[in-house]
Amino acid sequence: MTAEPLSETAAVYWRPRVDDDRLVRRGRIWTLTTVVHTIPYAIAAVVLFALEPLTAPLGAILLAHAWVIPALYAQRGANVLRRRPRAAAGPERTALGLLGDLVGHRARELHARTGLVLERGALGVWLVGETGAVLVRPGGRRVHCWCVHVEDRTMPSADRIAHLLLALRTDEHGFATVANLAFSGARRRVRRRLPAAMRPALDEAGRAAASRR
Amino acid sequence: MARLIRMDGTGHTTVAEWTAEDERAVEAAVAAFREQLDAGYYAVVSEGEGQARQVDELPLDAPLVILRRPIAGG
Repeated sequence: MTAEPLSETAAVYWRPRVDDDRLVRRGRIWTLTTVVHTIPYAIAAVVLFALEPLTAPLGAILLAHAWVIPALYAQRGANVLRRRPRAAAGPERTALGLLGDLVGHRARELHARTGLVLERGALGVWLVGETGAVLVRPGGRRVHCWCVHVEDRTMPSADRIAHLLLALRTDEHGFATVANLAFSGARRRVRRRLPAAMRPALDEAGRAAASRR
Repeated sequence: MARLIRMDGTGHTTVAEWTAEDERAVEAAVAAFREQLDAGYYAVVSEGEGQARQVDELPLDAPLVILRRPIAGG
């Protein structure tokens, strides 16, 4: 990918430019934050039960909190790949033709099955959707889920993906800088919250990323 | 024939077409290109799989120049 900065990065000038080290740090901070959000609930449940077994219902509520908070974060990650309502058939077909010209045969076939485009980058393997992208890091275990979109609700779905794909190809680090991080964590946690039709795309991205340890 | 296309609600619209030998077509394409950039579009040249380049001047030798809207987080 070329090194020219993405123009949109000027709109988020206060954000440090994303690079490999920064992604590793953000991933660790995300994990630490999740632990901080959940462990106190679990400890409180155990301590309360040890002190007074009659507090078991309260402990159950606390444990439910400890479970639901990371689950909601992971759901937020999966949501970046959600599909939007289709445009009319004609524009969708036209847009699909252009997107097809931008990607190879295998990516075209994967898009037809899953609605997602797989793109290999320097930071990992990307899955680009209509309103966001998931970056599977080298090794294939951790994902970063990014909310990013083109500001035009009338646009066909394939054009929305093409917009993100072209921006990603222009400046991958700038793309990750402009996008909002919605989740960072284990790929399997996002996978089980994706629609079944999209899971093969994440599996393929995971395999591609696993070979790039 | 080279094309300047704009991604929009119709899928895409061909804004200009030109060949290097046709001076009038080149002039019209350059003017249309400038107009689209002034309207807030970014121009991108796809350079094969995984590669793209944003351009501020119309690259007359490129077979396809794509105009896209800005992206934003959120």
